[in-house]
Amino acid sequence: MMMIAALNHIEPFAAFRQFLLGLNGLQWMMIGLGAVFFVVLPFSRKLAFTYMRVLLLIVAATLIMMPFVWLICAAFKDKEVLNEYVFLPPLNKISSHTINLGNFRELLADKDTVQGPVNFMRYVANSLFLASATTFIAMVFSSMGGYALSKYKFRGKGAILTFMLASLTIPGVVMLAPNFEVIYKLGFLDTYPALIIPAAVSVFGIFLYRQAMITVPNDLIEAGRIDGCSEFRIYLTLIMPLVRPMTGAFCLVTFLGAWNAFLGPNIFLQTQSKLTLPVVLNQYIGEYTQHYGVFLAGTLLAIIPPAVLFFSLQKEFISGLASGAVKG
Amino acid sequence: MTEMAVKSSSGFGADVHRRMPSPRRPLGKRATPYLFLLPYFLVTTVFFIYPLGYATILSFYQTDGPAAKAFVGLSNFTFVLGDRDFHHALWNTCVFTFFSLCLQLPLSLGLAMLLNSKSGRLKGFFRLAIFAPNLVGQVFVGVLFTVLFTPRYGLFNILLQELFGWGLEKQWLSDPSLVMPAIVIASLWLYVGFNMIYFLAALQNVDQSQIEAARIDGAGPIGVFLNVTIPAIMPVATFVVVTSTIGSFQLFELPYTLLQASDGWGPGDSGLTVVGYLYRNAFYQGDLGTGAAVGWLLTFIVLAISLVQVWLAQRVGSET
Repeated sequence: MMMIAALNHIEPFAAFRQFLLGLNGLQWMMIGLGAVFFVVLPFSRKLAFTYMRVLLLIVAATLIMMPFVWLICAAFKDKEVLNEYVFLPPLNKISSHTINLGNFRELLADKDTVQGPVNFMRYVANSLFLASATTFIAMVFSSMGGYALSKYKFRGKGAILTFMLASLTIPGVVMLAPNFEVIYKLGFLDTYPALIIPAAVSVFGIFLYRQAMITVPNDLIEAGRIDGCSEFRIYLTLIMPLVRPMTGAFCLVTFLGAWNAFLGPNIFLQTQSKLTLPVVLNQYIGEYTQHYGVFLAGTLLAIIPPAVLFFSLQKEFISGLASGAVKG
Repeated sequence: MTEMAVKSSSGFGADVHRRMPSPRRPLGKRATPYLFLLPYFLVTTVFFIYPLGYATILSFYQTDGPAAKAFVGLSNFTFVLGDRDFHHALWNTCVFTFFSLCLQLPLSLGLAMLLNSKSGRLKGFFRLAIFAPNLVGQVFVGVLFTVLFTPRYGLFNILLQELFGWGLEKQWLSDPSLVMPAIVIASLWLYVGFNMIYFLAALQNVDQSQIEAARIDGAGPIGVFLNVTIPAIMPVATFVVVTSTIGSFQLFELPYTLLQASDGWGPGDSGLTVVGYLYRNAFYQGDLGTGAAVGWLLTFIVLAISLVQVWLAQRVGSET
């Protein structure tokens, strides 16, 4: 009897039953969704595989979007219930005690720092200004360079192109230490030119514009010349409107880069009221360890501008990005 | 990472010059292209050529802040190469690069293949959803994941518990053996969609008639994938591998933010990267010379690895 009882205990079926009983709702759902594939498979292979493909995509997209949904929920939850609910509290518990703007109120209040009170909106404004200025200047100068390299033939052109390509292979961090000295000697420390001027021309942008402008017919430029346009006016009024999609893609990439930049602002800026969002939110991790709803609200605010820009330009962006990789 | 896109996309052969400059053109006209390039020349000279030369000189000096320095010969390099912290940082960076490539690339390619279908509306939506984390900078991702990785309350821990019944109490950011996996996971979330875009573009350029021909010859889906798809996307795959490696070797902001609350670079420097090491030496201890030396070492390492990768890809490409 003892033997049988022991056998019964380790019987595979019992272990399996134990396993099934231990599953939670989410796991049951995944198993069920997976099972549909095998049910459909004998009837229609094509349908089953389409189902599987969409299912996997939905799972991937859900996993990837989840932190965003969670961030939005967390930013609006009261600090008392932050850890109590994973996303939002159940409907019957939703009230101004659980869901409110407390995090934002605290975030946006004037905050005393060593260098006097600073408002969070100040950092938002700093970031907006820096990213926009960098983008605009880089757009103008890079497109000018791209125009010269696509539509003129001149001495040293090959050498310049080779040099540009070579410069792309050198990681930016090599220049970090010496650039600090350059910025220091130029008297740019703790000023915005320290961040804007080194980024005023991008080799990446020059190549992007060059590629787009090569396809512009030369007759158009000749026609402009015959009409008496100056070379700069041809570039500005004839060429630039034709490469607008490229401008969209380039501006988006540059804006995102400048908006998210951390290393430069962290090293070159010192006055608290001049800092940008990434630097400040990084500081807040240490300051609000117990009340992280505040810096989550800040992070939410910080990813809205790039998101807005992206959704308005995403078509240009993804096609520009992709064409760059494939044409080569 | 995007900067490297240009490298492969700008063949010199594509250049067409129809307009030859006549020798009698006035000087003002001849100077035009140089004037257009003037901003580039200025910025490159001041912020690229000069610092690069200066980095070489600086790497032979010991400095204390930007004002004081003394010539020390090769000792910056010998110090760095003998420094256990540097070995540790280099090891961490290699581990990160290896695992993030091994996870990211198959997943990116898999997602791209799932997306590579004709239904347009759905494709646009999923592409956008999977790409979205790229809008968020590394620092913001770091801020976000510091909270997601909280033991017991963090979303990631809860999700692991719900899906696999494991991991609710894991201390991702303060257990030395979990710090690297945490960084790999956070960067996977950030970059999987980015590489997917490249693979998707490559897959859409695969010659459909070749696939048909292989099918008629009796190749199954796996045969088609191995013999037609893989060789066709090889150039883009090489590009993605090389840029991801270069990007991974320069990892800095994500672990810097993520591990700030746990001893700076995680317990026992378990999350210290090469650029993190550079930053610590150059800007915490004020020794820009050592920083410059680390920068050069990193450049050589990255250059060597990417050359090997390109060479390997060419060999594989010529064999198939």
